[in-house]
Formats: sequence, C-alpha cells, structure tokens
Amino acid sequence: MREVLLAKFGEIYLKGLNRPFFMKMLMRRIRERVKDVCGEVYLSDSRIYMIDVKDMDECVRRVTRVFGVHSVSPAIEMEKDDFEKIKETASRMMDGVSGTFKVLARRSDKHYPIDSPEINAQLGERILMEHPQLKVDVKKPQNVLNVEIRDSALLYLKNIPAYGGMPVGTNGRATLLLSGGIDSPVAGWMIAKRGVKIDAVHFYSFPYTSERAKQKVIDLAKIISESCCGVRVHIVPFTDIQMQIHEKCMDEYTTILMRRYMMRIADRIAQKNGSQALITGESIGQVASQTIYALQTTNAVCSLPVFRPLIGFDKQEIIDIAVKIGTFETSSLPFEDCCTVFTPRHPATHPKLEKILECEEKLDSEALIQAAIDGVEVIET
Amino acid sequence: MIYFDNSATTQPTDGVISAMQRALRDGFFNPSAAYSPALNVENELNEVRRLIASTLSVKAERVIFTSGGTESDNLAVLGISRAARKPGRILYSAVEHPAVKAACKDAEFFSHKAEQIPVDSAGMVDLTALEKMLDESVLLICVMQVNNETGTVQPIDEIEKLRSRLSPEAVLHIDGVQGYLRSPISLKAFPRASYALSSHKLHGPKGEGALVIAEGVRCAPRQVGGGQEKDRRSGTENTSGIIGMGEAIKEMLADAGMHSRLLGIKKRLFELISSGVPEARLNGEDIESPAAAPHILNIAFPSVRSETLLHALEGEEIYVSMGSACSAHARKPSETLVAMGLSAEMASSSIRFSFGRLNTIDECEITADAVKRNYELLKRYQRR
Repeated sequence: MREVLLAKFGEIYLKGLNRPFFMKMLMRRIRERVKDVCGEVYLSDSRIYMIDVKDMDECVRRVTRVFGVHSVSPAIEMEKDDFEKIKETASRMMDGVSGTFKVLARRSDKHYPIDSPEINAQLGERILMEHPQLKVDVKKPQNVLNVEIRDSALLYLKNIPAYGGMPVGTNGRATLLLSGGIDSPVAGWMIAKRGVKIDAVHFYSFPYTSERAKQKVIDLAKIISESCCGVRVHIVPFTDIQMQIHEKCMDEYTTILMRRYMMRIADRIAQKNGSQALITGESIGQVASQTIYALQTTNAVCSLPVFRPLIGFDKQEIIDIAVKIGTFETSSLPFEDCCTVFTPRHPATHPKLEKILECEEKLDSEALIQAAIDGVEVIET
Repeated sequence: MIYFDNSATTQPTDGVISAMQRALRDGFFNPSAAYSPALNVENELNEVRRLIASTLSVKAERVIFTSGGTESDNLAVLGISRAARKPGRILYSAVEHPAVKAACKDAEFFSHKAEQIPVDSAGMVDLTALEKMLDESVLLICVMQVNNETGTVQPIDEIEKLRSRLSPEAVLHIDGVQGYLRSPISLKAFPRASYALSSHKLHGPKGEGALVIAEGVRCAPRQVGGGQEKDRRSGTENTSGIIGMGEAIKEMLADAGMHSRLLGIKKRLFELISSGVPEARLNGEDIESPAAAPHILNIAFPSVRSETLLHALEGEEIYVSMGSACSAHARKPSETLVAMGLSAEMASSSIRFSFGRLNTIDECEITADAVKRNYELLKRYQRR
C-alpha cells in the first residue's frame, strides 16, 4: 500500500493514431515540472502515476498547471486481492469526513470476482457501520470515494481539476505581444493552453517607462512561464519610433500608428524565431486601438495570422482568468502606463487607411524598424 | 554615478562599515547578558546614547533606540496618544511625512481627533492658523524640523512659544529625520518635546534610529517584551546598527565644513539649472533664506513628467527622486507640493535633488548639463 498522485488527461483521449505523440509530450512536460518533488512518473492503463511524492501539495499544485492534464487525485494504491483490506482502508479514508457520501467503483479488470455495484454496496456498508455520522446520497453526494480496480486497487476522495488543454509543444509556436497590462498575459496563457509554445515581445520606452516596468513584464512572463514551459521575452527599444510618430504625425493617429509599428516588429521577430502566428490581448472595442476599424488597420501590416483569444471577452471575464492564473496582482502594479504622453486625448476610433499611409510616408519606417530589431534584448524566463 | 538622492538614503561610509563589522564580529554579545563582554557592548551603546543626547542638549536617559524614523514617529505619536488620560486633539502639519500623518490618523483609535495645520506656499507652517487651533484640548502637535521634499525648515522655536502659551500640557513632536545634524536644533528649551531621528539619512545603516522624549512626557510602549530601553521599547538592541549610527554621527560632527559644502552644492546646482532651463521653478523657501535646508533642492520642470526626467537622468547614472522615496510607488502628485498650492501638473513635474557628505561640487555641472539636455528633448514630446 502506498500513496500516489494520479493524473488524468483530457482531450488527448480524442486523438487517434497520433495519440502517442501527445502522450509522450504530456509525460515529458509533467516530468520536467515534478522532477524535484517526486520519484518516478509513469503511464499505466490510461492513468499517469507519480510515486514517492516528497511534497504532495506542491506536486498537486504543479501538475494541475501542466496543460493537457484534466485532473489529479492523491490516492492510495494497494493490492486488489485482499478485499477485506480494501474495505478497511476505505473506511479509514472516511475518518473525519462529514455529510453525505457515495462509493463509486470502476472495474477495468473485468475478471475481478466482485463487480462494481457489489463493491459499492460492501464498502458503503462498512463505512456506514464505522461512521454513523455519515449518510448515503447516491444522487448529489458531498463526498465521493472513488475505487478503481485496475492492475491494483486505487482509492481516492478528491478529484482536483487541472487547467486542461493540450501539452505545450504539440501545436507549434506563436509570439505574444506582452504589454504588462492585464490582458496580454491572459491571451498568451490561453493560446499556450492549446499546446502552443510561446515567445513574447515587449516594447520598452525608456525613459517614459522604467526598469521597474520592464521588471514587471519579466515577472509576468515568469508567472505564465510555469504553465507555458518557459517564455523567451524580446525587449524592443521603442522610444525613437514613438518620438518620431509624435513629432511628425497627426495626433489622433499616433496610437494606431504605434500599434502598426508594434505589429510589424513583432511579425519580423516572430518569423525569425520560427513562430507560425502572433498573439495579442485585444478585445473588440476595449480601447480606441481595439475598435473593429482599428483592428482592421493593424492587422493589415502582419503577414502571420494574429490570434486574439480575448476578442469577445468583457474586461471582467479577462480579470477573472488573470486572477485564476496568478497574473492579476502583478499586472495591476502601477508601472505600466508611464508613456501617457504619447496617448492622444482623442484617438481616432475609425482610422482611415489613406491617412495612415500618408503619416507613415513621413517616417523612415524601414530604418526605424531595423534599428528597433537590432536593439532587441532577449531574456529567458 | 552621481547620487543626488540623499534624502531617500545615504551611502554608509567606510568608517561606518568597519565599525559595524567590528561590532558584528567582536561585539556580538547580547547587551543584557550578565558577563563582562556583554557589559562592554552595553557601554558602547550607552556611549552612542550619550553622543546623541549631547547633540540635542538632553540627558542620555531620554534617548530610546528604535528601528528608524518611522518607528520613532509611530512610537511618539501612538505612545503619547495611548498614554493620554482623556481624549484630545492631535495637530499635524499638512506636509508631514506619512510616518507621522498615518500615525496621527491611527491615533483616532484612542478617541482623539487628528487635525491638519495648513502651510503657506513655501511649505512653512501657518503660525496664525496654528495659533487659532491651539488650546488646552490639544494633546500633541507634530511638526517636522526640515521638510523631506522641499527642505523647508519649520519655525520650531515659534511653534514652541505658541505651545507653551496656549497648550502648555501638549507635547510637541518634531520629526528630525531630515533635519538632524544638517540643520541646527537644541531641545534644551523644549520641556515637552519628542524628537525622531534616523541613522540611514546620516551615512549610517538602515534599520536604526532613535526617539528622544522629554522628561515627564508619558509615552506608552508600542513594543513590549523583555523590557529593554527602560521598558520603553522591548527587543534586543540592534547593536551593530547602533554602533554604525554612532560612528556616522561622530563623522558628521567632525566634518566642520559640511554645512557650507552642502549649501555650496545646492546653490551651484540651482544656479546652473536655472540658467540652462529658464522654465525651472524652485519649490520651497528661497535659496538664500535661512529657512531653506542646505541639502534639499526641489525644482519643478514644467511640461515634463518628473518620472520621465528621473528615468532619463537614470540613463546617465544620475540618481534623483520625484519627492519622497517612501511614497514613490503611490503614483499620485506629492501631497506636500499640493498642500503648498502647486497644481497637480506642476507637482507631477517636480524633481528633488538631495545632497550628502560624499557629494562634490563638480557633480553639479554634469547634472545640470544632463538636466538641460534631457529637459529640452523631453519637453518637445509633451502631451498635446
């Protein structure tokens, strides 16, 4: 008899012939995350087992954050042949539990002499006998004691939901425009959840934004990096471009022009690092640069597809995810919008392409973009 | 590197560092222990106590070691509030440090009422207004010696005269964190005063300070336990911190030319900045005024956010501040500058240069040149 951590996988079930590829990647991702908190990690009979767990709480925390895991359960694994012992263990596991319960047995070993309803009945009877405070409720129980009869018997009370999704590295690579605000880390996290490896690009406007603002972005990348399996952040010096736009272009177009340059630079960095797409935290109509008209003009400068996973989300919905994934607090630190000097009082919400092009003609775009790319600082998180 | 942010903290001198190393290595004993090496440590601490007392003309027993300026201010305000026999009024100047302001507001928990004393456009306490506010219901008056953002020296003697005439039972708490040893003061003629000081503003270590409380002033402890500091502040003394602070004070006292040197730097920097940036405006008392401390210079640079200019100077390894470093994360215009009547825009464009013993006059030219260049560049990019 020993304590193990059991992980169940989700969508990988739907995969057909390429399922081994996904499973192999999932096992690799789990092993990378738990190598210092548990012993062996292995797959047996559609369940992932972690044995010799040194710190169960930490192991649970980490595995629930591995994309591709559906849920985890700290479980007791024991010999299945001694049914008396199983009954005793089941009853011990209910010590200190109150309210209603049911036993939910599953038998993948169909040769096992006792069938599932009988296991439920016998274990339930023993538990009730030794815990008179408990009541059975088979429809909406407060506690479910799961019993799985596989190569061995597995008993567990908790089924802790994980993030779900697909293992990172199974669905290509994309480059995230990471600002330091609330939305972009959430957007990156959502795409990574679909198995995509993430790189990040941050536009840095020293002295309008400070080292602390940069540190905040690195901290955010570190937070999502736990689930995203490492995020490489490209810090792009952007002050010169902002100053040129501010000096030479009409006020209400400065934001949209800035966005177009950001997209162009991100697109080039993305292609250079082998990304198949860009990711932004845009949501329709949230700010002037995110009206559907503005999005059309910023989208126009990109050669790669742009993923905007938050496009239909309300701010509160985005905040809810930011809280869940642990980025909200850092995103809310007050170092972000130091470059308000470059925000026009009345930005164009219906920008016209011909006017944009007219402005851009006044700038030496190629030289500016190249200088920004040449000045990139890369930080691994 | 040019470090003009000495009001945020100062660099410990080599003398301070070696005194502390010695205290940590050889003098690690608990000063309350019974054996002779511990007694030697206790004697060393008492020497520092006597030194501080002599600089302020008080008896050594009136000096309580604390963990720094904030604790000293808190202990005075909250300790005196708690020990009061009946509810009273607590007056504090509109430009006090948050360590005092927040403590005064917190003292309302003891059924007292906290009220703000207005200041004039130089940040000086309005004595006429204070006179009207004073009566026998006043328990405590809090006025800092030197303002941490503008360097304005408060009229402490005048305030004491008003106190003794109109509120003789009230205690005058003086936050001396920015003033101690840089602006003259003696507590000899202050029968009901308390005075807070901090070590790391004097080239000493962080985490050490002192509070002086006049005899007869009742002050309940905020930290209880082993009864150190005559039951006024429990906890094993930070021996290396106290010894480092003592060394810093000794060095400062020995530096006879410090005051004129600091004033020279201040005047030179202001002169150079004023000629390079005609738009620059001085915040606080006139540079020649005796009510202007020699080590703090606060200047508004219209149209350029202080945060941006600060970072631009940081890019040239010149370190200054936007006001009080303690509230630098607040991202709102300085309450002190707003209380002096500055618009939010001007307050958000103000930079504090603060000087210490290790600065030299040569640093003024480099700084003024950097300010001029960056200001000229940045003002072109102001929000339209």
